[in-house]
Amino acid sequence: MSDNFERFKKCAVDVLSVDEAQVVPEATFESLDADSLDLVELVMALEEEFDVNVEEEELDGVNTIQAAYDLVVSKL
Amino acid sequence: MNERVVLVTGGNRGIGQAIARRFAAAGHRVAITSRSGAADDTDGILVVNADVTDTASVDAAVSQIEETLGPVEILVSNAGITRDGLVLRMTDEDFTDVLDANLTGGFRVARRVSKSMMRNRWGRMIFISSIVGLGGQAGQANYAASKAGLIGLSKSLAKEFASRGITSNVVCPGPIETDMLMALTDEQRAAMLSVVPVGRLGQGDEIAAAVEFLASESAAFITGTVLPVDGGFSMG
Repeated sequence: MSDNFERFKKCAVDVLSVDEAQVVPEATFESLDADSLDLVELVMALEEEFDVNVEEEELDGVNTIQAAYDLVVSKL
Repeated sequence: MNERVVLVTGGNRGIGQAIARRFAAAGHRVAITSRSGAADDTDGILVVNADVTDTASVDAAVSQIEETLGPVEILVSNAGITRDGLVLRMTDEDFTDVLDANLTGGFRVARRVSKSMMRNRWGRMIFISSIVGLGGQAGQANYAASKAGLIGLSKSLAKEFASRGITSNVVCPGPIETDMLMALTDEQRAAMLSVVPVGRLGQGDEIAAAVEFLASESAAFITGTVLPVDGGFSMG
C-alpha cells in the first residue's frame, strides 16, 4: 500500500511542483496552490501511472491528497 | 528557429494547404488531416485520414501523428464545410452538419492536442474563422454561426490554458481565392469584392503568413485575439 502512495506522491510532486514533504494525506489541494487545471493534469497523470480511469463526476468533493489517493486506489 | 510539430486540419486544399505548405517550407514537421486522406502533392507533409466530426477518428489521427512526428505543438484548426442556403430553406441537417464539422470539429481536435501541449508547457492553437463569422452573410447562417462560435471557443481555451504557455487565437480570412470562394454565386462574390478596400481577393499564403506569426515564439504575449486578414473588409 505504501508503495502505491509513493507512486502517487511522485505524480503529485511532478505535476503540482511541490516538495515531497508537502504531499501529506491531510493536505488540501488549495494549500498546495493547485488550481482546477492542476487537478485535471494530476488526474491524467494518475490515470496513466495506475492505468485506471476516473470520471469527471467522481472528482466532486475530492479536496485532499487522502481523498484523491483513496479514489485512485479504489479503482485498482 | 524552433522546429515544431504542426497539425493543420483540412490541410489538403485551399487555405489549409497554403498554411501547411508555408510551415513545411519554414522547416517545421507538418501533418495535415483530410477526409479523403489524399493531397494534391505532399511536399514532405504527413497526410493523415481523419473526419473531425468523429471523436475516435480524431483520436486515431492525432495518435498517428504523435507516433510519427511527435506531440502536436501547433494546431491550425481549419477544416470546414459550407452548406449554403437561405434560412427558410435550410434543413436541420444543413445547420447541424456545418456546426459539427466547423465548430465541434475544432473543439474535438483542440481537446485532443491540449493534453500534450499542457504537459510540455507550450502550445499554439489557431482557429480559422471568417469575416462572415464577424459580420454574417445572407445564405450562410450555418457557416457564419459556426465561424463565430470558434471565437468563443478560442477565447475560452486561451483563458483555460494561459498558465501553461499555450496561446489560442482566431484568424478571420476575408475573400480568398480558393475553391470555396468560387462556389459562391457571381453575385455574392462581386458584392464581397466591392466592399474590400484593398480591391482584390486575398491569397492563401497571406492567411498562412498571419497564422505563421501567431504560431511563432514572438507571439507568446498574444492570446484570445481575433485577427481579420481581409483587405480591410471588416474594419469600422
